[in-house]
Amino acid sequence: MTAPIQSHCYENGLVLVAEPILSLESAAFTFLVPAGCAYEAPEKAGLGALTCELSLRGSGSRDGRQFVRDLENLGVERGESVSISHTSFSGATLAKNLFAALGIFADLLRRPHFPAEQLEPSRAVALQELRAIEDEPGQKVMLELRRHQYPDPWGRSSYGNFKTLEGLKLDDVRGHFQRHFRPNGTIVGVAGNFDWHQLKDRMGELFGDWAPSDVAEPATGATPTRHEHLHHDSNQTQIGIGYKSLPYRHPDYFQAWGAVGVLSGGMSSRLFTEVREKRGLCYSVYATNHTLRDRGSVLCYAGTSAERAQETLDVTIGELVRVAQGIELGELARLKARIKSGLIMQQESSSARSGAIARDWYHLGRVRTLDEVGGIVDGLSCESINAYLAANPPSNFTVVTLGPSPLEVPVGVS
Amino acid sequence: MEFRRHTLANGLEIVAECNDDAHSTGVGFFVQAGARDETDEIAGVSHFLEHMMFKGTPTRSADDVNREFDEMGAHYNAFTSEEHTVYYAAVLPEYQTAAVELLGDIIRPSLREEDFNTEKQVIVEEIRMYQDQPPFGADDRVKELYFGNHPLARSVLGTVESVTDLPVGAMRAYFEQRYSPDNIALVGAGRIDFDALVATADRICGSWKPSAAARELPSATPHVRFECERKETATQEYVLELTAGPGADDDDRYAAKLLATILGDDSGSRLYWALVDTGLAEHASLGHYDYQGAGIFMTYMSCAPEAAEENVWQIAQIYTQAEREGITAEELAQAKSKINSRVVLGSERPRARLFSVGGNWLQRREYRAVKDDLAAIDAVTVDEVLAVLARYPLSRCTTLAIGPLDKMGAPA
Repeated sequence: MTAPIQSHCYENGLVLVAEPILSLESAAFTFLVPAGCAYEAPEKAGLGALTCELSLRGSGSRDGRQFVRDLENLGVERGESVSISHTSFSGATLAKNLFAALGIFADLLRRPHFPAEQLEPSRAVALQELRAIEDEPGQKVMLELRRHQYPDPWGRSSYGNFKTLEGLKLDDVRGHFQRHFRPNGTIVGVAGNFDWHQLKDRMGELFGDWAPSDVAEPATGATPTRHEHLHHDSNQTQIGIGYKSLPYRHPDYFQAWGAVGVLSGGMSSRLFTEVREKRGLCYSVYATNHTLRDRGSVLCYAGTSAERAQETLDVTIGELVRVAQGIELGELARLKARIKSGLIMQQESSSARSGAIARDWYHLGRVRTLDEVGGIVDGLSCESINAYLAANPPSNFTVVTLGPSPLEVPVGVS
Repeated sequence: MEFRRHTLANGLEIVAECNDDAHSTGVGFFVQAGARDETDEIAGVSHFLEHMMFKGTPTRSADDVNREFDEMGAHYNAFTSEEHTVYYAAVLPEYQTAAVELLGDIIRPSLREEDFNTEKQVIVEEIRMYQDQPPFGADDRVKELYFGNHPLARSVLGTVESVTDLPVGAMRAYFEQRYSPDNIALVGAGRIDFDALVATADRICGSWKPSAAARELPSATPHVRFECERKETATQEYVLELTAGPGADDDDRYAAKLLATILGDDSGSRLYWALVDTGLAEHASLGHYDYQGAGIFMTYMSCAPEAAEENVWQIAQIYTQAEREGITAEELAQAKSKINSRVVLGSERPRARLFSVGGNWLQRREYRAVKDDLAAIDAVTVDEVLAVLARYPLSRCTTLAIGPLDKMGAPA
């Protein structure tokens, strides 16, 4: 059902992975640059985000305004973000404008100006984003959950904090760029309507002479406390629950992922049915398998009125514990149907595919075709998922809450 | 790509953009029922009813409904706006008939009182969730200030009080009145077998009795107001401004979209360069929204409270300058390439086309292919954009600020 996936590793270590989808009129790209917030010194938290923001303000022959103008004239929809491991730059446009857009991003990644007069506006943008999270309690509780679920630096938020952001200097930004923006470790995913050979040659011209450098992987620190309440005078209490799971590249990943799919996914999934449909406890409840390269967790969210928060926490944890008793055939069949249609519909979006193939390469060193993923999903059985759950029952819960008053974490389950 | 339509004897319309090259199928029931059709006594009923549609029918329990959608691997949901309620599913083509059967069944719900009372709690949680999130219900409040007694002033969610006090009988009566087949369109996009679609609709919906639902379309008289509301828990200040704009039946709406893009797109616009690029605001944008018989421009800005007054003044300067000095041909060309690309990128998925085809049909009884929208955008001239700005000046607006500030000066 799917096109073959092409890949090429240039001499300097840059990896290009590409999926031509000729039925589309668009093309999309995702650059994963190994400059995530895990590489920041703790006293410089937020440096990756500031570097990313400042990199947009002039590169190559363009100043910041010309950069935006040229991309908009090409109709490029773009987005940037900093995660634990990467700074990513992505874009989607009409297929005929793909190569011109890639040229602009080559300037950004290799020849940014970092103009001194743009430092303060960039810092102000980073501070605005940090302030905005304070007004998004649901998002804030999940950021805090990750910080308590993983040992540092793997649970960090890329936003930094007010104190560190205030102290960052232009030399910090230049240093972060020089150390971490490099071809080895960078993965570029491209999907949509293009010719593979032309793309490979064009990317070679743009990036082939980029010099590699080596960077040590960050050391893993201690895991913080597992229970935390953050006071907030809100209507609702936000609840974040985490427990250990598997990373994407683990051979049993899809067993763990199938178990979470039974808990959360369609509207017949257990959390939605038990917490929202039967009891009307909340509007939003979900669980998702969050994966880093070497570790993974299930992260679960529920938001509800303060007076019903304790019951919501109890019922939610009760469902997480109960899934270890096993899943049923009907649940597995629905999971498979949902995944199968999701895989086929992914082919209808060049943006979705460009990001997915780049991330696959990061986790696996290769890309699974949609056919291959379909085959793995077909191979899942109740026996295999239940065997995984029996050996790895959800337990040892990290619980972070945000709201007017703290909750009791159920005894005997954490 | 082929557009097809058919009307059942009871008035239910079936329209579809059939694309044999698509991988998937989008189908949905588009109902002309929204907040503007409500009264004070039943505020929030359209949205509450949308939730109740998933609670079961005479032949299916709520569990059956959710289970059957999931068995098809459907990506399905529903949403309610001021004007419409839409129930949709994106599925693989082999499930077209099953998806339409299920959607058609759920919009003839049982509306059992016990389910009604449980779901009431979910709606209250949804309202409270938005009350904790920016802009803390200010979008509803600013429309109320601007529209006054006009039906478009009504909140889609209603309030905790109106939803709590709603009797099930009032919901049943509203359903009988608004969910008439002559008030509903079945819409398809992507890989659609149109003959099968008509046959399924006839079998599932053919016996529905029409009740001749009508909608009031009074003209809107905008109110110019300024209000500052203190929200103690907020960190940022949020400012919303409303002015009049072209409505859904006005051909000027394309020029209005381009004007909003030039002045207030979230990237590369005049507001962006003045407020966001400089770090003065977290967000600053201008959007155009069209309804039947009325349209609005809405400015949305968020920033640190101490910067709010100055930012609001700057926005007013930007609008006044545009009214006085106009826009450039270069700005218009850039906005066109941006919107054209968004239209194409946003049209690749059948489920995205579904909303476009359905929206156009409900608003104007009109089919517009992607190329029609592209041509309409390309044809807009600088003079047409300026004519919109002259007719709908942005500088004289209704303003609502919400956040830590307890007062703020109105721009002169």
